Amino acid sequence: MRRLALVLALLASPALAQIGDTTYRLEDPTQEQRAREIGRELRCLVCQNQSIEDSDASLARDLRLLVREQIAAGASNDEVMRFVHQRYGDFVLLRPPVNTATMLLWATPALALAGGLFAIWRIRRRGAAAGAGVGEVELTEAERARLARIVPAQDSKGDHRA
Amino acid sequence: MSTATSRRNLLIFAPLGVALAGGTGFYLMLRGLQDGSFNPRGVPSVLIGRTVPEFGLPPLESSGLPTLASADLANLPGPVVVNFWASWCVPCIIEHPHLMALHRRGVPVYGVNYKDRAPDAQAFLTRHGNPYTRLGVDQPGRVAIDWGVYGVPETYILDRQGVVRWRWAGPITPELMSQEVNPLLDRLRA
Repeated sequence: MRRLALVLALLASPALAQIGDTTYRLEDPTQEQRAREIGRELRCLVCQNQSIEDSDASLARDLRLLVREQIAAGASNDEVMRFVHQRYGDFVLLRPPVNTATMLLWATPALALAGGLFAIWRIRRRGAAAGAGVGEVELTEAERARLARIVPAQDSKGDHRA
Repeated sequence: MSTATSRRNLLIFAPLGVALAGGTGFYLMLRGLQDGSFNPRGVPSVLIGRTVPEFGLPPLESSGLPTLASADLANLPGPVVVNFWASWCVPCIIEHPHLMALHRRGVPVYGVNYKDRAPDAQAFLTRHGNPYTRLGVDQPGRVAIDWGVYGVPETYILDRQGVVRWRWAGPITPELMSQEVNPLLDRLRA
């Protein structure tokens, strides 16, 4: 039993080592929790597809420290986010803000859904109107006249080859 | 043939049209990537069109150069170039001759030495030449964060009023010099 506990503890140690950079950790666990939440929303400008909490770049480390300093100084989450956003712009936000430039980005799921529904509606309506799905087109007068000429002359065996 | 069928025949070309539009977009993107006008990883500077944030930096003692502060970047006689660099930064060596050329042409080039050791920074200037008329040392990298710098080298051009008019993240190339830096400096000096 004790040996199992030891093995488990050893197995867990790399996981513990993975919990971010411990150099700048706030004493207060709720503040540290807030700092991590903010850090996860901020893009590391160097590696770009990681948040500053996950990144090992030195700029990410600096920003992690900066976030913690501000929180320790009593800044709210919004204030910290604004501080970083003012310096690095929208790019630093992993969740892009809704504005005229990102409108299409945010609207894409709704547009795709609407487009799909419209396509389904069109297809079903056409299917209902045409029954079998072909020949929904009305014949013109000329075509009707031509058909009338052909049909009585048609061979009763149904052989259309002239 | 009725209008309904002709409209239907046109629909056959719709995928072709979509493919054409997609292809054109992709081609333009690739071309932009090649000539540098489109950079999906580029972080646009929020300082463009604004004056720089308040700051003051210590000097690089051994260089004997005056240091740099925000007060030095207002009411200028002409446009200035501000360059963030470090001795450990290889692209900084690549772009260095262009900064030297600007300095020789009389364009004030101000430097911010980013996260560097003083002896290393001094050795870099001794070895490659010193283009800077002012040089501040930003060891903790805090002023760089206030500017929105996310790597070195990074170069800014400020007009007479101290408004940031241009920013480049990465080494300055001969193409950039001839296509952007020199024309802009000429315009700002006029």
